[in-house]
Amino acid sequence: MAEYTLKLRRYDPQSGEAPYFEEYKVDLEPHRSVLEAILQVKNEQDGSVGIRCSCRAAICGSCGVRINGRPGLACHTHLDKAANTGVNSDGTTILVEPMGNMPVIKDLIVDMDAVHWKKIQRVTPWLINKEPVPEREYIVPHENMVDVTQTMACIQCGACVSDCLSMEVDPLFVGPAASAKAYRFVGDPRDAEQFERLKDLAEDPHGIFDCTHCFTCIDACPKGVAPMSQIMRLRRVSTNDHHIVDRNNGERHERAFVSLIRGYGLLHEAELLPRSYGGDSWFGKFHPAAGQELLSSLPVVMKGLMRGKMSPKLALLGHRVPSRDLKAVQAIFDKVESKDRRYELNLYISGYEDDDEQAAATAEPVAAASESESA
Amino acid sequence: MPAHDVLIIGAGLAGQRAALAAADAGASVAILSKVHPVRSHSVAAAGGINAALNPEDTWESHAFDTVKGSDYLGDQDAIEIMCREAPDEILWLEHAGVTFHRSDSGHLGTRAFGGASQARTYYVADITGQAILHVLYEQLMKHHERVDRYEEWFTTTLLQDEEGNCIGCVARDIRTGTLEVFNAKSVILASGGAGQAFKPTTNALICTGDGIAQAYRIGAPLMDMEMIQYHPTTLAENGFLITEGARGEGAHLYNALGERFMEKYAPNKLELASRDVVSRAEQTEINEGRGFPDGTIALDITRVPRKRTLEALREIVNIGKDFAGVDITREPIHIKPGMHYIMGGVKTDFDGQTPIPGLYAAGEVACVSVHGGNRLGANSLLDTLIFGRRSGEHAAQRARGVAMPKAPTSVLADAQGEIDEILNRPTGGRRVSEIKNELGEMMNRYVAVYRDEEGLATAREIVQRLKQEAPSAAIDDKGTIFNQDVLAAIELGYMLDVAEAIVMAAQERRESRGAQFRTDFPERNDEDWLHHITVSQNGDGPALGTAPVTITKWQPQARTY
Repeated sequence: MAEYTLKLRRYDPQSGEAPYFEEYKVDLEPHRSVLEAILQVKNEQDGSVGIRCSCRAAICGSCGVRINGRPGLACHTHLDKAANTGVNSDGTTILVEPMGNMPVIKDLIVDMDAVHWKKIQRVTPWLINKEPVPEREYIVPHENMVDVTQTMACIQCGACVSDCLSMEVDPLFVGPAASAKAYRFVGDPRDAEQFERLKDLAEDPHGIFDCTHCFTCIDACPKGVAPMSQIMRLRRVSTNDHHIVDRNNGERHERAFVSLIRGYGLLHEAELLPRSYGGDSWFGKFHPAAGQELLSSLPVVMKGLMRGKMSPKLALLGHRVPSRDLKAVQAIFDKVESKDRRYELNLYISGYEDDDEQAAATAEPVAAASESESA
Repeated sequence: MPAHDVLIIGAGLAGQRAALAAADAGASVAILSKVHPVRSHSVAAAGGINAALNPEDTWESHAFDTVKGSDYLGDQDAIEIMCREAPDEILWLEHAGVTFHRSDSGHLGTRAFGGASQARTYYVADITGQAILHVLYEQLMKHHERVDRYEEWFTTTLLQDEEGNCIGCVARDIRTGTLEVFNAKSVILASGGAGQAFKPTTNALICTGDGIAQAYRIGAPLMDMEMIQYHPTTLAENGFLITEGARGEGAHLYNALGERFMEKYAPNKLELASRDVVSRAEQTEINEGRGFPDGTIALDITRVPRKRTLEALREIVNIGKDFAGVDITREPIHIKPGMHYIMGGVKTDFDGQTPIPGLYAAGEVACVSVHGGNRLGANSLLDTLIFGRRSGEHAAQRARGVAMPKAPTSVLADAQGEIDEILNRPTGGRRVSEIKNELGEMMNRYVAVYRDEEGLATAREIVQRLKQEAPSAAIDDKGTIFNQDVLAAIELGYMLDVAEAIVMAAQERRESRGAQFRTDFPERNDEDWLHHITVSQNGDGPALGTAPVTITKWQPQARTY
């Protein structure tokens, strides 16, 4: 047994008072979950503490909270781990707060309908059957079903929504969970409207190109759904398979990244902007929207120059990498682009194809990476 | 006040399937649940769903396996319906979007499961319940114009008119604390089981027997309540479920001496005998000193190829890692039998109708009875869907010939009075959680795998004492917004009613059949006990009764695996 201090963020909407923190001592073994500790408080000390919970085993998705500043399931976080990570890592104190990006109803309970479920409904979250519907089952490849099962594994807990940085800036962003739900249909060979779904999400200014690749949702997800990876896959299917050129310039912006890395080995910020609007052509620089965007980002550029984050030379001419390294970078491009099928790097499937001996001999991530390269 | 043709209470698989079926049949539908529908406990069903869909399989074979699994206590007419309709239900789910596992040819693939003579379990990795539940919810979102959803509403009481018809319910909006009368021409209970009356249990915290007790309180008989399934593989420490799919994929059970003991108890089916048989075998090994020091058995999944385990048993890989610190692909995991399912419930016919006009029940809350003395793995999802759909269709049809009822507004004041009584209880009594704990531990001690008269009599006494203590259990939360405390007090009352019925039925059945094993009556006795036991409320307390078992083509025979 060990003693922990649970510091719970309390909020009683009927009291007229602001939220506050209340501390409780609990006595539990370190491998017990934060939820068990909260339930001990509820059962033995204070029954008024509010938290949604049901299965206790990370399947129902009810108990999404922030633990020491990190989003996750209370039932899925061990006390010792919780007490030693995040904002309060003193080994005994565990701060538990409601999830972010959603209004708080009471204590640790947030209004998921107002945000999470609205966004899920935004992506037409049901199968639109390919016609004709067969008399028996649709015949579809085994791999496709395993592939969409990754997004089917989402338990709608909201942990990814809680800490989505893009959503913090743009509350209308469709967000990680709903995007993963969208991939569940886009990746399903039985769905009839792959193009329409992608076109819709690409053209929406708050759609798939609104994600900034911060990886927070991948860290937050307790079920390995990797929402950001699903967003990237939506983009790849949208741009590479359906050639959807969206009015948000998402597609061109992505292409600009690719062509710059291929050409320079590193990002060339001064080129990124014009290329994102005007494409790779030299005349693209004179795209009016590029000029406008450049003008509006001038203060940021100036600030960067003044603080020495870049030199004028670097800003205008870009980084230089040794030609050997540049060739190596380009070799990666050649190799990837010469494949008949696009690399999906779905670790949910390919990350474990290694056999036991190999995995035991090398560090797991390395083994997984080398395996997927040769796959 | 909301009024619908069909009101469904509970939004797990049975409830959602009923809602879609009733809406399809043209009824106006409301579905009401104390948790958001995707939090329902159906989400935890792991292994799969049975159907004789493969051309080489037959529904008769599925039905016979089910009858044998039930230890001949299942009603064979209902079992025939369930097994006949199973293949079409799988295809309906597949077309609705369930991502069922495919074989290399792209067709639906199956896995083996306990008590079955064929591999006929269709599955989505080991998240089958979740995959189906979420797809049904997708369909509810799609049909939002035809199905009104009341999410996070807690039913406090079922309503009846003067003729005894069920005409709706009173429910509390958990978010606001407001009580509301729901009028309906037909009411379908789909609120699940009562596992929380046991501790530990694989069941979620929400499984508190609400619907079973609500129906019982207005006079509906309960049936087969003594039949409590102990699942053979639950985590020793906290009772979490390790899916039967593990054994379906080839995992073995070993005692502390390293013996594959199932060879003694079920030489043909071994680990894949029916659940009552495997649980009893494990308990015998443990009781006779051949278990591990912590009172457990070893489940060895390392025999299953690692890639297969990671793809098809992903959830239990995580459970092993997160809740037991064990990598199941590399070492055995320690398990023991644990309370999992209640075969009994509100007595219904095969259209879900209870003896109370207008009241239906489907899923774990109900007892059709297709499971009899012991449910086969992967038959519960099937039960919820088949009888959920049939209830929905029948309830919609019934609604066409009935005028919209209107409950008197006085019912609201009554319900509010009951809640106020709980809120105003003086402090000083035992805590709700304390009583619940004592109940759960007691049930798990005396009403478990092995039972006898002495233990059951003790259990009865304790339940009765707890029933007296419960009404004075004080609560801390006096608010109206998300007051979970007051709901827990109401749920405790439900669990105690259900526990009493379970204990009485177990005392009454003086034989061993299916999940009921009486050490004082160790044999099955078809002459005296080949019938259902019912428990109903008759004014001054619970009364026992019987109901015949329907036998169509399979006469009882000795049951070996």
